[in-house]
Amino acid sequence: MNLSMPSRRALSLALCTLSALATVAASTAHAAPEARSWDEITAKARGQTVYWNAWAGDERTNAFIAWAGEEVKKRHGVTIQHVKLKDTAEAVARVVAEKSAGRNAGGSVDLIWINGPNFLAMKDKGLLHGPFTQAMPNFKLVDTVNKRSTVIDFTVPVDGLESPWRMAQLVYVYDSARTKATELPRSVPALLDWARVHPGRLTHPTVRNFLGATFLKQALYELAPSAEVLQSPATDANFTAVTAPLWAWYDALRPQLWRQGKEFPESGEAQRQLMNDGEVDITLSFSPSVAATSIAQKLLPPTARVFVMAKGTIGNTSFVGIPYNAANKEAAMVVANFLLDPLAQARQHDPNFLGDATVLDMAKLSEEQRRLFAPKAGLPGMPTPQELGAALLEPHASWMTRIIAEWEKRYSR
Amino acid sequence: MDRVSRAGPIRWAPWITIALFMLPVLAGLVGTLLPAFGMLPAIGGREWSLDPWRALFEQPGVATSIPLSVQTGLVATVLSLAIALSFCALLSHRPRFARLSAWVSPMLAAPHVAVAVGFAFMAAPSGWLVRLVSPWLTGWDRPPVDLVTVRDPEGVSMVVGLLLKEVPYLILMTVAALNQVPHRQLRLQTAALGYRGATGWFKAVLPMLYPQLRLPIFAVLAFSVSTVEVGLVLAPGNPPPLAVLAARWFSDYDLARYFPASAAAVLQLLMVLLLVAAWYAAERVVARLGTWWCERGHRGGAADALATFGTSLAVLSIVLGVASLVAMLLWSFAQTWRYPGVLPDRFSLSTWATHAPRLVDTVVNTLSLALFTATVALVLAIACLESESRRHHPPTQRALWLAYAPLLVPQIAFLYGFQVSLVTLGLDGRWIAVAWAHFVFVLPYVFLSLADPWRALDARYARSAAALGAGPWPVLLRVRLPLLLRPTLVAFAIGFAVSVGLYLPTLFAGAGRMATLTTEAVTLSSGADRRILGVFTFLQAAFPLAVYMAAIAIPGVVFRQKKGMV
Repeated sequence: MNLSMPSRRALSLALCTLSALATVAASTAHAAPEARSWDEITAKARGQTVYWNAWAGDERTNAFIAWAGEEVKKRHGVTIQHVKLKDTAEAVARVVAEKSAGRNAGGSVDLIWINGPNFLAMKDKGLLHGPFTQAMPNFKLVDTVNKRSTVIDFTVPVDGLESPWRMAQLVYVYDSARTKATELPRSVPALLDWARVHPGRLTHPTVRNFLGATFLKQALYELAPSAEVLQSPATDANFTAVTAPLWAWYDALRPQLWRQGKEFPESGEAQRQLMNDGEVDITLSFSPSVAATSIAQKLLPPTARVFVMAKGTIGNTSFVGIPYNAANKEAAMVVANFLLDPLAQARQHDPNFLGDATVLDMAKLSEEQRRLFAPKAGLPGMPTPQELGAALLEPHASWMTRIIAEWEKRYSR
Repeated sequence: MDRVSRAGPIRWAPWITIALFMLPVLAGLVGTLLPAFGMLPAIGGREWSLDPWRALFEQPGVATSIPLSVQTGLVATVLSLAIALSFCALLSHRPRFARLSAWVSPMLAAPHVAVAVGFAFMAAPSGWLVRLVSPWLTGWDRPPVDLVTVRDPEGVSMVVGLLLKEVPYLILMTVAALNQVPHRQLRLQTAALGYRGATGWFKAVLPMLYPQLRLPIFAVLAFSVSTVEVGLVLAPGNPPPLAVLAARWFSDYDLARYFPASAAAVLQLLMVLLLVAAWYAAERVVARLGTWWCERGHRGGAADALATFGTSLAVLSIVLGVASLVAMLLWSFAQTWRYPGVLPDRFSLSTWATHAPRLVDTVVNTLSLALFTATVALVLAIACLESESRRHHPPTQRALWLAYAPLLVPQIAFLYGFQVSLVTLGLDGRWIAVAWAHFVFVLPYVFLSLADPWRALDARYARSAAALGAGPWPVLLRVRLPLLLRPTLVAFAIGFAVSVGLYLPTLFAGAGRMATLTTEAVTLSSGADRRILGVFTFLQAAFPLAVYMAAIAIPGVVFRQKKGMV
């Protein structure tokens, strides 16, 4: 038995650690367009495992990802491993950490469910593979004309560096047994009046959560002197003036919130639980079918319904991106392409599963494919397109980043 | 034959063990200390500076986070110690005390997260406790708006959540320490001198007992001040305790946040060191006051009244802890369970039916890590203790501190640095890396729980066997280990439970890829379906408990012909 082995290994480990701290990851990643043919990519993808890093706070989405895993396994011999995140930033941080440690290939993240500020950060730092969407056959089916958010993410051009997979629109959920439809606050100022009448029964997810930040952005839309300015990056010069009415409104609202606005649920799902527990009367979601699916899952009472602001609510698109150093880029593209398959999109559109709007252009589909999207017989809690109204464009990602920082400065103490 | 060669290759065991569990800690500390002072060349930090500290103190909420951490950690430690000591003072002379204290072991087996998640549901304004008395008693048709319980700004719910786990732990540590002290005789003597039960115990037994409790107390203190997972569930979030803030920044993609995060991690370490130093200082004061109290010779019963009160709190905390686990079990079988229902409105097996198949990978990860690390830790602990026995080398106080080191260093202070080393070695995200990180925490518990019974074993057994011609290996395998079967199995069970409950080490070393019941439970605790959370937390508690019960039961089966061995 050679017992000096472990200690020798230990010594080399210590040396490695020290050298790691001294290493400068000098190599910078250059975005290179995906030039291979789709056949080449699918052939290489077979047998690979995709570590799909996706926020896991929503069980329906987790189930959908599990289903997608079974399908791509059958069709392409690709395995999906869902890396369940509490926050998408965790995956971005991992790629950043790997880059800083000099791991420019064989990275541990293959695919990230991403959009908005996380996408902007990765794009700016050159952490994304691609452009790759042009290589995928199904991308041709995407509606890039009427659904501009499939190619412009929070005003930032996507440039083929991420692939859309579901549409989202902010909705508010209420219990029609407890709140009359006629008494619903359908504007941001009305929300404040409603909260004054129902102290402690309104809240929003913590502002560090994307939905919590959207609650404030939605308010900013209606309160800002002009909504135009939100489509360009926020600057030191305009941020204070543009957001002043928002903070005045929020200062008045906060004491009326659940827990006097000192504590917030961690996510939209946590807030839905508070609503199901009877602690609050309103919850938020990015999924218009949330009431219908939550009723079906017994997560909300059968009388839950959604409503939106009279002037519309913010909408955006969810994407998947591939880190520049991903170990299984080919399989990741196969998954991204599968998510755009009319079959996958139809399942995602079905309120029995996710109930989100499709990113595809119906006009580009065959008659048979279109039939997959036929409306399901009246599910309770499902809003009509008329009720949902038009989606407002997301402000530039910098507004979200700055609002979060400003909120923390003002209210986290 | 000289002693060293007779010890054989096993004499290397302590060194290998120390290297295996101290390397990650040391490498990790270095990897955290350097960025805390500006050095992290990989992301542009090439000069020593205090900027990370400036950045740390400029972060919103830090000025609240630091006192919150100190306050909750310190209060939880003092209270859990007081409650555990009261319990033992009042009851340790009872003939069935050993069996009674075994009742607290389920709470020891259940991971912190499982207990915290269950307690969060118990204590919420819409939770089980309020439901028990609403609306018939309180008139609350809906959950009250102005009742602030879970995640309260002062951290009371965090302290209670910690107590549910730390009280049982300190009770068991006290029970173990009592075996080394002639406490029954002392009690008779103090009683003969006219002292009432608990008062006599505090005056005569506690001073002899305390030195052995010191390190477990420090472990509780370090954990309570720096826990991330309990903080995520029960501490206020706006701002949270320092360790939660640091964990949040470590997972931020803004690289600049690594510097204040490292500074926060180092500050966390300093806080623990200062608190340990302050505790030492306070010990002196308490000892002096205690001496004065003993010398006064007062026979009054104030201490007895306090001990009774403390004991009722101990019982309450155990009941509350078990109820928290039961609540989550009920949730896993609930279809709907709305306020103010005391029980689920409808029961259903659908949560289990839907999620059990998807749980396989998670359960395999959890069990393989726990079985492997507990086994390796047990083998190394036995090897270390055997080497000690063969060389007749008495353990030094310093060695004991070393064994406790991973429990005294806040996890957040070295796990990030350790992750950097793992990334460099290309090991992060691998099963073996997570196993290594687990081992760091499993080994101390296994070693410490086995060491006392091992050293207490009468050396004459081994000598008799040697005199009959048995070599060192037969003595170990056929005499010592069979005699120590139960403590050996219990040490294994404790190591198993520790591994199952680890959150931060799994998250960091596993690069998020290695999902265990605990990481999933923490992810789910931020909102998703409470019924699914119930499935995870129940399994999280059930596996360690099953292993623990097996550890208790096996010796009885193996030695059913030899009653004296059990």
